[in-house]
Amino acid sequence: MMTINGCVVVAIRDDLDDQEIVALQDQLVDEVARQSAHGVVIDISGLEIVDTFAGRMLAAMAQMAQVMNARTIVVGMRPAVAMTLVELGMTLEGVETALNADRAINAITGDRQKIS
Amino acid sequence: MTLRKSVTLKTHGDIAYARQVAGELMVEIEASAIKRTKFVTAVSEIARNAINYGQGGVITFHLAEASGRKRALAVCTDRGPGIEDVDAALRDGFSTGKSLGLGLGGAKRLVDQFEIVSTPGSGTRVSLECGPR
Ligand SMILES: Nc1ncnc2c1ncn2[C@@H]1O[C@H](COP(=O)(O)OP(=O)(O)O)[C@@H](O)[C@H]1O
Ligand SMILES: [Mg+2]
Repeated sequence: MMTINGCVVVAIRDDLDDQEIVALQDQLVDEVARQSAHGVVIDISGLEIVDTFAGRMLAAMAQMAQVMNARTIVVGMRPAVAMTLVELGMTLEGVETALNADRAINAITGDRQKIS
Repeated sequence: MTLRKSVTLKTHGDIAYARQVAGELMVEIEASAIKRTKFVTAVSEIARNAINYGQGGVITFHLAEASGRKRALAVCTDRGPGIEDVDAALRDGFSTGKSLGLGLGGAKRLVDQFEIVSTPGSGTRVSLECGPR
């Protein structure tokens, strides 16, 4: 986990278990608070697939970030994964996506500049 | 039909391993990226259910070949409590585990052929079959 231009960037591994996910979520909340971050970028390029379990985790992370006033963007989602999520019936509400971390960070920081 | 691999399902790490084996099998049948992703996702859902609700189980992977066409097959078996009402369990949003309830129905939509046999008191068996395209 690292912070670039006020965005916390976190990469998700393929083999996280329940406990590790909870730990990661706690860590994320701490980092967003500590850095007063206004964005969270979740990199899922390490995930071959996103099942309902992983999808729920992503939605939960986005929700937490939203509560803390940080915008969340998921990057690295393969097209086949996006199609599969639709068939699963997972809408991932509140979760934005971008092609890569650079674009996501630009979108978030650009957004901030417009506001201020 | 040839058995390719058998994976014991006890921990979350075992689900990741089952996904890996499922992916390799789809590569072996020269499946498209979308088909591979669908099959691996369905396997992940079913394997997790076996652990969360079926007290763990085993998933076997097979290569089926009929008239020159290769297909991937996964059969997940557990000796858990079984499912009282399979039709209800397949419905989107139905969960006894306070989760999304999209796994069974989703897995069914993602594969070419889906079969579930569950006997209350003795366990559940789910079969998933997928072709390359
Ligand atoms: N292997 C199993 N053994 C016993 N019950 C199961 C099994 N698989 C699924 N179920 C039941 O079917 C329900 C729906 O499963 P699923 O669609 O995957 O949703 P979820 O996992 O989110 O609960 C589960 O909540 C559970 O009650
Ligand atoms: Mg499930």
